[in-house]
Amino acid sequence: MHNTLYKASVRAAITAALLAGSAAQAGTITIESWRVDDKTLWEDVLIPAFQKKNPGIQVKFTPTAPTEYDSSLTARLAGGTAGDLITCRPFDKSLDLFKKGQLEKLDGKPGMEYFPPSAKVAWQSDDGKNTYCMPMASVMHGFFYNKKIFKDLNLKEPKTQAEFFATLEALKKAGKTPIALGTADQWESNQIVFTSIGANAWKGEEGRKALIAGKAKFTDPQFVAAWEQMAKWGPYMGKGASAQTYADSQNLFAMGKAGIYPAGSWDIAYFNQQGLDFGAFPPPVAKAGDKCYISDHTDIGMGINPKAKNKAEAYKFLAWLGSQEFADLYTNKVTGFFSLSNHLISVKDPVAKQMLDWRKSCGSTIRLNAQIMNRGEPAMENELWNVSSQVLNGKMAPKDAAAKIQTGFAKWHKPQQK
Amino acid sequence: MKRMPWHIAVFLAPAVLLYSVFSALPLLDTLRLGFFTSNDAGQTSFVGLANYITILTDPAWSESFWNAMWNNCKFFLIHLLIQNPIGLILATLLSLKGLKGARHYRTLIFLPTLLSVVIIGFIWQLILSPLWGVSEGLMDKVGLVDYFAPWLGEEGSALITLALISVWQFVGIPMMLIYAALLAVPEDIVEAAHVEGASAWRIFWEIKLPLILPTLGLVTILTYVGNFNAFDLIYSVKGAIAGPNYSTDILGTLFYRTFFGYQSQIGSPTMGAAVATLMFLVILAGVGAYFYFVQRKLTRYEL
Repeated sequence: MHNTLYKASVRAAITAALLAGSAAQAGTITIESWRVDDKTLWEDVLIPAFQKKNPGIQVKFTPTAPTEYDSSLTARLAGGTAGDLITCRPFDKSLDLFKKGQLEKLDGKPGMEYFPPSAKVAWQSDDGKNTYCMPMASVMHGFFYNKKIFKDLNLKEPKTQAEFFATLEALKKAGKTPIALGTADQWESNQIVFTSIGANAWKGEEGRKALIAGKAKFTDPQFVAAWEQMAKWGPYMGKGASAQTYADSQNLFAMGKAGIYPAGSWDIAYFNQQGLDFGAFPPPVAKAGDKCYISDHTDIGMGINPKAKNKAEAYKFLAWLGSQEFADLYTNKVTGFFSLSNHLISVKDPVAKQMLDWRKSCGSTIRLNAQIMNRGEPAMENELWNVSSQVLNGKMAPKDAAAKIQTGFAKWHKPQQK
Repeated sequence: MKRMPWHIAVFLAPAVLLYSVFSALPLLDTLRLGFFTSNDAGQTSFVGLANYITILTDPAWSESFWNAMWNNCKFFLIHLLIQNPIGLILATLLSLKGLKGARHYRTLIFLPTLLSVVIIGFIWQLILSPLWGVSEGLMDKVGLVDYFAPWLGEEGSALITLALISVWQFVGIPMMLIYAALLAVPEDIVEAAHVEGASAWRIFWEIKLPLILPTLGLVTILTYVGNFNAFDLIYSVKGAIAGPNYSTDILGTLFYRTFFGYQSQIGSPTMGAAVATLMFLVILAGVGAYFYFVQRKLTRYEL
């Protein structure tokens, strides 16, 4: 009576077969990616720029929707129909592929020399001896605010948490939705909120490494503090936030109905397209003068399929990805993704520049659970989506959220079992 | 000696071949795969019933399995108690003589079943959205606005809402099946009853209903199989972690997360196969029970 799962998987198999068929053309390299939004940019800007330097090589950019990327890629790699170049998720997803022999080792390959060790960590084996994807870009987290609303209400970028909540109160009084955020899709609650505002509380890398080493627990005050802040957001998230999707939040902010938007830097391009006048501020610190920390997450890399049909061409493309030209094009055209190479690049977009400048004064850290912590059962990322959404909705107490994550973590992570 | 009836084999071949290659073999392979486990390098080794023991006894697994199972039962009960009775009522009304525009109603009610579930999910998400949806405004007009809530976002109501959306979409199918059965009820019996002075109500309960009972049984079992295989509506509206707090998680979404993985969760084909086997057993048990307890006892009237 329903379309069954079975039908869905048959459909996926047919799509995969079709994609495989189109990739078989000689001399054509195919790029697997989840960045559906960037398709035109790749086709109109990046690929032509590469072809100018490397005439005769055909490049095809074939993205799959982000939520389906990992599963369909796994299926295609196993079936031998995946493309030549594989866009890599950071940490365990790609490590898993490398361990299965589905990504080439890239140490010492042309282009890799332009990346500092810190950029490569996301795509290295735990001992750092094998690198299997070239770092492409990172994303940063913080808050966007509507400049016009802030000006009309005479508000300033809040620096401390007290100022932040005062700003929210003022926005609410003025009849605006203070925070454009919903929990229907759940992922924002963790990736954009918890690991972003929490970095200040657990002092960035210090707190993250302490968790991995077993020297700290999620139930410690510095981690519970992040959820405690989130628990106070509820009244400012607007009516029906529990059924509000990510796209709803984007629209709400783009239409000028909300004052503040908890954001990832990848959203810059979208709001620029909507013609919105907005600025950015980093997550507020507990009290004035505290050192600030930002979530500066290594997000995209590029690897090579060992079974690539045109491996030599794929390596040529990879070498170009390491170049100054690519770093400049990617940072300035795909606004909100920041190149990880050490080429000097001038960022033109004002908001992107503003965010990039936070690196000068704040400590950078990656998303809390991105490395190692996502490895076991139960899957911590999914658990964090769930509990953080519930905390925002006022359905779960911060300390219960912490206890749940800690219990799951200690179940499989040896250093946490002491 | 009689010649071998080769033509029978030839005529059966396409169906047998297609069915075995695309249905029977994958099913058998799934059953087999559930007894294996795979390591980091992707090699599989035999572990016997270990996967099943994990799913049913390890709290991290069993909690989500039983949660999905219970949600799935609720999902099915809502269909059984709402979709099928409505289907029956609609079919009965449509089969009334002299109903104007019956064809139009029939087409309109059947139409949603033809749409993609993804579109249905998207449309209803918009209709029910507390930000842009029309439902709050409509409820305001009839003075019920105080009862409006973000139904798809609340733990208590999300699953029921999704089940009702699914009912809305698929009610056309039981309606059509029952409608066809009602049309097959011979005119002369109904007319004879009329002549004897039976009311329309009594004709329905004592003549039409017993005659269409086999169809109602069929509809029930189709609903059961469909609902325990359901996946796409929940996935398209709530994603594979079926929030809030797994309140909309059903066996299909649990299977998807286990087999393909979701976000940081890395998929495990062997565990996924074990979940799929459990789904298969649940459906098999249901269908078996139906045949044993219901189908055997149904009386078919020779007309």
